[in-house]
Amino acid sequence: MVLSRARQSYDGVVLAVPVTVPYQRYSIETAHWWMGKALRALAQGAGISHRDFDGFSVASFTMGPDVAVGLTQHFGLSPRHIDHVPMGGAAGIVSLRRAARAVQAGDADIVACVAADTNRVDSFRNLLAGFSRFSQDAVYPYGAGGANGSFALIARHYMDHYGATREDFGKLCVAQRDNALRNPDALMKKPLTLEQYMSARAIAEPFHLFDCVMPCAGAEAFLVMREETAVSLGLPFVRLLSAIERHNAFAEDPVQVRGGWVVDRDELYGMAGFAPDDMDFVQTYDDYAVISMMQFEDLGFCAKGEGPDFVRQHTFTIDGSFPHNTSGGQLSVGQAGAAGGHLGLTEAMRQLLWTAKGRQVEDAKLGLVSGFGMINYDRGLASAAAILSRAS
Amino acid sequence: MTGPFLKPKRKNPLARTTQPLLPPSARSRKAHGLTLAAATGRFMLQCCGECGRYTYPAREACPNCLSSDLTFKGAPTGGSLLSETRIEVTSDPYFREHMPWRTGLVQLDCGPIVIAHLHGGCGGPGSRLKLSLQLDRAGQAAFFAKPISETPHMEDDPQWREMTADPRHRRVLITDGRSPLALPLAQALRKAEAARIFVGVTDRWKPFEQQALLEAIEGVEFVDLDLTSERSVQELAMDIGAKVEILINTADHVRPAHLFDAGATNTAREVMDHTVMGLMRLAQAFGPVMRSRGADGAAGTVAWVNVLSVHGLSNVPQFGVHSAAHAACLSLSQWLRTELRPGGIRVVNAFTGPLDTEWFQTVPPPKVAPKALADAVLDGLKRGLEDIYVGDVAKDIEARLFDNPKAVEREAGQ
Repeated sequence: MVLSRARQSYDGVVLAVPVTVPYQRYSIETAHWWMGKALRALAQGAGISHRDFDGFSVASFTMGPDVAVGLTQHFGLSPRHIDHVPMGGAAGIVSLRRAARAVQAGDADIVACVAADTNRVDSFRNLLAGFSRFSQDAVYPYGAGGANGSFALIARHYMDHYGATREDFGKLCVAQRDNALRNPDALMKKPLTLEQYMSARAIAEPFHLFDCVMPCAGAEAFLVMREETAVSLGLPFVRLLSAIERHNAFAEDPVQVRGGWVVDRDELYGMAGFAPDDMDFVQTYDDYAVISMMQFEDLGFCAKGEGPDFVRQHTFTIDGSFPHNTSGGQLSVGQAGAAGGHLGLTEAMRQLLWTAKGRQVEDAKLGLVSGFGMINYDRGLASAAAILSRAS
Repeated sequence: MTGPFLKPKRKNPLARTTQPLLPPSARSRKAHGLTLAAATGRFMLQCCGECGRYTYPAREACPNCLSSDLTFKGAPTGGSLLSETRIEVTSDPYFREHMPWRTGLVQLDCGPIVIAHLHGGCGGPGSRLKLSLQLDRAGQAAFFAKPISETPHMEDDPQWREMTADPRHRRVLITDGRSPLALPLAQALRKAEAARIFVGVTDRWKPFEQQALLEAIEGVEFVDLDLTSERSVQELAMDIGAKVEILINTADHVRPAHLFDAGATNTAREVMDHTVMGLMRLAQAFGPVMRSRGADGAAGTVAWVNVLSVHGLSNVPQFGVHSAAHAACLSLSQWLRTELRPGGIRVVNAFTGPLDTEWFQTVPPPKVAPKALADAVLDGLKRGLEDIYVGDVAKDIEARLFDNPKAVEREAGQ
């Protein structure tokens, strides 16, 4: 068997027009409404018609019964590259990777990557109940704790093995809330103290209220194109230096202690030509702080098991050491379904475009974005990461 | 640790009765292999016929070798706790009423990792556990992990009680006091601390053999009940229907008749009236009120037991009419099971071989002693079974039917 050759670079692939349609806790609208808003903002931001998007990639949990091709008619698009990326927290980077190859190969010129989900009063319960076959058969009937219940098992095990404490998780949550207070789009507007975090009501031990994201409605979107296209449109852009994805890695680990990033991280940094220390900020997928901690380890910022110590050594705030989830992350902005897997990308784009306003990381030139998703049974299956850089 | 389950306080008659809710009940078709095992108290997992590895959750192909030869096979019940949580918040209405709920990730000795309900007596991560497959209130299979050794009040764990039909502090109706089963059942129920035992008797003025012994049992109360009379059944239901948490239908009517006998249809009609129609009258009168009380406190309605002949599963000519009647009862019981499911009521069928009574006088041993049948019913209720096979004959027929139902049919009467 011929093994995979060195991957081709992403030279010339750029991202432009980060779009966030401000979130709402509950929405009476459908996912389509949120997608429409996002597409319109992309078109306005690019100064062209949405009909000029010849690529369309969509991620959503609540767009049923429609599929991506049906949405082209809904929105009046006529793309020649189309994708549906139902990968939750990894969807943003997977979508970006596919769009990048499409524009590199000339299969498309401008790919609109859109993630949108609505949140009706009862839609989250329905999403949990029917999330996957394994979940339906073997998880949900056991207390119906949803993602909180499943990740609580992973978190408890991680705490037992690596000595992480609730205070460590709390530190990340509090730092993200500090960051969120500088983001007008964050749903969480009140400061959070460690005392409040520690004394909040239990949800699924070891998780308490502020360990959990708030499901909401919203949309995130961006455009992927070749550099010359961006230049011809006069659009500011950021570069894609490298990206990885991996699914169902380390299936033999009895309980998840690591994600697929470990398999591919050398390639991630190798392709980019940078090391972990070179990053000016990191956007992890923070469905739970324990997963962010796992990403610090698996993406090479510290060794396995050193996550708790690493957390104790940094501030994770915008102005402090190791700026992390500078938007406030899902924990403080809200989790708008699949859009949660795009939040890190749009935020990283703003940081690198220096348009992050009150929450700008000074002189940010390089950033790492990570995605994680799909707890099909007992663990998150999809992991992905990308390194982006400022244009010059 | 579990505290003792104390007798619930008398309900305020003005208080609204909590409506029954069910845990999430959607399952894939393959997952019902576990339901089959749980219904009979077995512990089985999918096992690959090619590479021999156990797998879970239920799949269509072996993740090790991609063989589709995955059958449910008996598996060792040991495991170790990897991690656990206590769920305090859920969006599911059933579990919301049962919070907090303890679950854990268990590494089975045979390989797979399962999420299981955890008994309150289980230790923390690293502790050894014994697993079983249980039917939850929705009638669907679920893994349940208990500590290896007995802990105090083990049967009283609130999560375990949701998976079982323990008679403790519940009121029970035995439908036919004249059945040889009535006495041992009442004795066993008393021992299991049933709060009250109603015993239905036809024509109360006619004395019967075990009357005095039955009456002497604390908590036993005779009630008028004639299953061949719709009025009698309805009247009793109006009187005590809302006080019955477990109904055990012991009614039977064994009368031999050859298929070609003149008048065999009359015998059959009479047998059917006592058994099939009797069950239907009971279902009509007691079904609705029992279904409505499935969540009526910690000792709400929980089970309906039918004592059936194993020959209802495959006819034997010596007892052809009896076999046919019990086949009809089984079908009716399946119907009843579906109708009572929304109430979370378990319909238990206890399939028995010939009882050691006068009507089976001509049958050679092994026969089932009424006490053995009564003990098996109690054991089934406490373990939360749905299908119970009592005695060597019933177990033999069960195994042979599973193996080859045609062989059972051809060999009948030989």
